[in-house]
Amino acid sequence: MRKPLWDLAFSLALILSPFGAQAETSSETQATGDLGLVVERATGSVLEIDRSDRAALGRIEGLGDLSHASLTYSPDERYAYVFGRDGGLSKVDLVAQKLVARVVQAGNSIGGAISDDGKLVAVSNYEPGGVKVFDAETLALVADIPMKGKTIGLVDVPGRRFAWAVWDTGEVFLGDFKGDPKVSMIGNAGKNPFDAVITDDAHTYLVGLFGEKGVTAFDLWAEAPQPLHFLTDYGREGEDMPVYKMPHLQSWAFAEGQYALPAVGRHQVLWVDRQSLKQTAATEVAGQPVFIIEQPASPYVWVNFALPDNGKVQVIDSRSHEVVATLEPGAAILHMEFAPRGAEVWMSARDDNKVVIYDTQTREKTGEIAAEAPSGIFFTARAHRSGL
Amino acid sequence: MLRLLPLLLALPAQAEVDAPRLAHMVQQDCGSCHGLTLKGGLGLPLTPQALEGKPPEALTLIILDGIPGTAMPPWRPLLTEEEAAWIAAYLKD
Repeated sequence: MRKPLWDLAFSLALILSPFGAQAETSSETQATGDLGLVVERATGSVLEIDRSDRAALGRIEGLGDLSHASLTYSPDERYAYVFGRDGGLSKVDLVAQKLVARVVQAGNSIGGAISDDGKLVAVSNYEPGGVKVFDAETLALVADIPMKGKTIGLVDVPGRRFAWAVWDTGEVFLGDFKGDPKVSMIGNAGKNPFDAVITDDAHTYLVGLFGEKGVTAFDLWAEAPQPLHFLTDYGREGEDMPVYKMPHLQSWAFAEGQYALPAVGRHQVLWVDRQSLKQTAATEVAGQPVFIIEQPASPYVWVNFALPDNGKVQVIDSRSHEVVATLEPGAAILHMEFAPRGAEVWMSARDDNKVVIYDTQTREKTGEIAAEAPSGIFFTARAHRSGL
Repeated sequence: MLRLLPLLLALPAQAEVDAPRLAHMVQQDCGSCHGLTLKGGLGLPLTPQALEGKPPEALTLIILDGIPGTAMPPWRPLLTEEEAAWIAAYLKD
């Protein structure tokens, strides 16, 4: 008789105690570790999705012109900072599913980054050209750094620093925002850098060039980083084709000790040895590569393409450099985002108004979610990776 | 799209162009560089004000042949001359 009574008393205590109340609330608490946002570029909205449930949770509107929009996450994965084309910087709360702050900080911008400590958000602007740095909490302006042209390839560098390049002049800058801003030009990358990326170990800043052949690397671990130009002779033979969409470098693959790089204006993925910076192979692909993204925890990279081949996606084995699969996931595949451990990939099919989900082992479609002209897909796991 | 309809109907009749497809292409694909609202990006603004004084024939040629030395590619491999002319008129309107 005694034991059941104890149990009852214990249960009652649980129900009545603040603990019990909290347990009830926490069942409604929104964890954000498996959430993500899909940019709906024409409608100026982002669609919040739950990766595990493969479901759309809600739509957050009023973010302006989101062509070429990208975003980055706060370290607690609660807030997203959305960088819009129209110069808008918007802070979205994933838990409340709403826009909590927005500043229109330039006429025309292209992307941004969050500092390694999560305290500062920097935006790369086309018009007027330069970089602006904001307090991540309030979006108050912290620093304004005008440049002589459109800034591209803005990335975070450890130690509350950012690096970027200037399309018009080729100059590369490193800004230190630990105290009073200190900005220094570290070298010239070459003619018309179109995008840049930092390796996940924050060692190398790679700048892709549009105006001339090649890629320029800066060793950011060095005391005084020097520009190192490579791939200067690729594609000497044969005629380049017009580029209908600039490749993106934000997710350049770093597989098997190699960089997998898009050949600008050619139907090729180029493989470069990370140590020697020598080209080791070229893979013929179905179109001009836009994104080349490594499938986490695997030897594979996935590639999507510019117009008119943007309905295809190819998978390449980074060991053999062979195309191992050609998929047709939908109309106008603009972006691909992998689950952090690589189990599945989400791809935006802009002209089908949906996001399609593929299992990476079977490479079969396992689901889809309706979205308005989706472009970039961003999972919150990005919060914990340098350069994203 | 519905907002565009009167505009599409008002344009001079052109030979065999798929107007909704081209309008979609202008917004989404030209928009990749010129901005979805065509107010500019990596490429220059393409609003009617920005294009004032530029003859449609010249714009058609730029669309077809691109601008060498810049990021503007020739669209001739993907568009007919009629389609390029339609886009030029559409941008000016």
